[in-house]
Amino acid sequence: MRRSGIGLALAATLAVVLFGSAPASAAGEDIHGTLESINGQEHTPVAGVTIVVEQDGTEIGTAVSDATGMWAVPVPAAGTYQVRLDVDTLPGDVALTVAGNDVLPNVLVRSNQQKTVRFQLGPGVASTVSRLDRFVDLVVVGLKLGAIIALCSIGLSLIFGVTGLVNFAHGEMVTLGAVLAYFFHASPLGPQWPLILAAIPAVLLGAAFGGVQELALWGPLRRHPTGLIAMLVISIGLSFAIRNVILIVFGGGPRPYLDYAVQREWEFWGISTVPKNIVIILASAAILAVVGLFLQYTKLGTAMRAVADNKDLAESSGINVNAVIFTTWTVGTGLAAAGGIFFGVSEQIQYDMGFRLLLLIFAAVVLGGLGTAFGAMVGSFIIGLAVEVSTYWVDNEFKTAIALGILVVMLLVRPQGILGSRERIG
Amino acid sequence: MDYFGILVDALRAAVGPVAAAYALSATGLNLQFGYTGLLNFGHVGFMLAGAYGAAITVEAGGSLWLGIPIGIAAAVALGLLLGFPTLRLRADYLAIVTISAAEILRLVVRSTWAHPVTRSVFGIRAFADEFFDLNPFDVGRDYGWGDFRFSGRQLWVIVVSWTIVAAAGLLVYRMIHSPWGRVIRAIREDEDAARSLGKHVFSYKLQSLMLGGGLAGLAGILLAVEQQSVFPDTWMPKITFFLYVIVILGGAGTVMGPIVGAIVFQFLFFFFDRFMTSAQLQGWFGDVLDATGAAQVKLVLVGVGLMALMAVRPQGIFGHREELLIDER
Repeated sequence: MRRSGIGLALAATLAVVLFGSAPASAAGEDIHGTLESINGQEHTPVAGVTIVVEQDGTEIGTAVSDATGMWAVPVPAAGTYQVRLDVDTLPGDVALTVAGNDVLPNVLVRSNQQKTVRFQLGPGVASTVSRLDRFVDLVVVGLKLGAIIALCSIGLSLIFGVTGLVNFAHGEMVTLGAVLAYFFHASPLGPQWPLILAAIPAVLLGAAFGGVQELALWGPLRRHPTGLIAMLVISIGLSFAIRNVILIVFGGGPRPYLDYAVQREWEFWGISTVPKNIVIILASAAILAVVGLFLQYTKLGTAMRAVADNKDLAESSGINVNAVIFTTWTVGTGLAAAGGIFFGVSEQIQYDMGFRLLLLIFAAVVLGGLGTAFGAMVGSFIIGLAVEVSTYWVDNEFKTAIALGILVVMLLVRPQGILGSRERIG
Repeated sequence: MDYFGILVDALRAAVGPVAAAYALSATGLNLQFGYTGLLNFGHVGFMLAGAYGAAITVEAGGSLWLGIPIGIAAAVALGLLLGFPTLRLRADYLAIVTISAAEILRLVVRSTWAHPVTRSVFGIRAFADEFFDLNPFDVGRDYGWGDFRFSGRQLWVIVVSWTIVAAAGLLVYRMIHSPWGRVIRAIREDEDAARSLGKHVFSYKLQSLMLGGGLAGLAGILLAVEQQSVFPDTWMPKITFFLYVIVILGGAGTVMGPIVGAIVFQFLFFFFDRFMTSAQLQGWFGDVLDATGAAQVKLVLVGVGLMALMAVRPQGIFGHREELLIDER
């Protein structure tokens, strides 16, 4: 018994040496930041605001921001802390740009780390919102998310339709669009165009990347012939490779676009929302309408739907199947790139944003019917609304789980999706 | 550059406890993917279920020896839960549901809502004391030769893990050469043919998913025991990708494939990690790559390696091309 006790102590010491999990007591961990009110390109320091750092409900320390907006709270050890901005101490003309973001619940400080945290402040007046208004606002946010998912999911669904491949690298096409736009817009190495201008080459390059992928990778693989399951695994490998290239080039942290980062809310018809949400919804709706008309009324669009429906029949009717597949890849990834830019405007740009969105895209596509473009649109709006509106009742952390719940129920009840055809599901 | 030191480090990783846990988990994945043809892209979720099942039991006052079967049962139950709605459908539906479920499990476990049970981001620590109390090795000294050394504590984990891997390999070997194994291989080759012979395909697939999930659950417990802690962010989707690389590298549909695959994978992974890190320190990359960037290059290579393997040599080291799910649908 005694021996094992000593053994345990030694094991614990060893574990500390090996894994460095010792509570580092020696040196200066702190949490600090700079409070700035951001209005477009203009940054104004905000002084005299109280910041409280807590751990599991116990107050660790407080600080007040100085004339340059800087504040720092030393903390005793590495660990996770909650950082709260005392909203009552904000000057009258400054407010949090996202209501309810006054508490950062999980600030992880590593040993010897001086952790920087940010509160997003902007000009405005904080307002309290009644529950009904919040519901309406959530509907707007849900429509916005639905529009973004729709842009991204059409490509996934159409590519599945014409090639049979579930492309797990589609999420990376979303990230790529956002990152390319960031390069043309905000990178010191790039031309630093306004975001609207920067979006054009980003979408074109995204689309070109889709076309190149088809010509250099998927086309040869299909002719090689490679089974669909093997191609699916290859797409997973591609997704992993691209995501980590982006991680190396772009870094791990999230970054916002400079334009439209902070906006004052609009109020109309009882809705209060930032203008960019409305713009994203309208712009996406316009793009979706163009895509819909293209699929429904142009020769190429009809050919696309024909190939998705029955490849052999389409080929024997004289449709150039390979050209159609090439077009589908180009259009699909271009749309995903556009969706990525909207997603980046609505949140921030991060190397794994597309992968996170991919789970919602899958849910939307299966819900609408794998292989259909219009089904993907319908499914996307349902998922977007469900995910955001559900936060009215359940905790924010579970909104992705809601999407999965819908997906599973749909597979049990109607696996072909809302607009899908029965024989596809196998 | 210290090539010899890099080599020894990589060798240590290749036989270390993490390699053993990967080998065990990959054995489970191989049963699902290699033998039955199920596309489970959320394998890490089963490992999470196992690890948390065990750790939560100990936190709640139970014994670790009760926690281990509970963890395995949790992973098996997850297989039932995910397989039931999806296994009647085409293979990619299972892929979609499992990859989402694994990620959502991680998010739920790390949420503040689950904090009272899972301790969210703080993780559950020091739950495996009962395991280390049985350690017959002297924790005060190192075992090995030259730089190739393990502490008594590590050696104990290594011996137990590889014993379990060997037992699991034997179990899979026996099952594959039983009537049950012939049916699941028949399902992989041609589901309709198996069905036309009166086999209940759905139930066989479900059994394979649950059994492979159980092995992954045990692997998750091993990984957690080795670190004496469970944290939600250990169970990232990239582990599932690693396991696919391991299975395909070794040879899907072979008993030894996943085990050898895990050893080779860990060796290459750590060799490259150490190599890139020291090359960066020596300034080989100038300003192009910083230290974190150089360390992340190995992840890109994992992805490229998976693509290349699948395109060029899908049967891996040991596999037979005709045993592969060449597949159509």
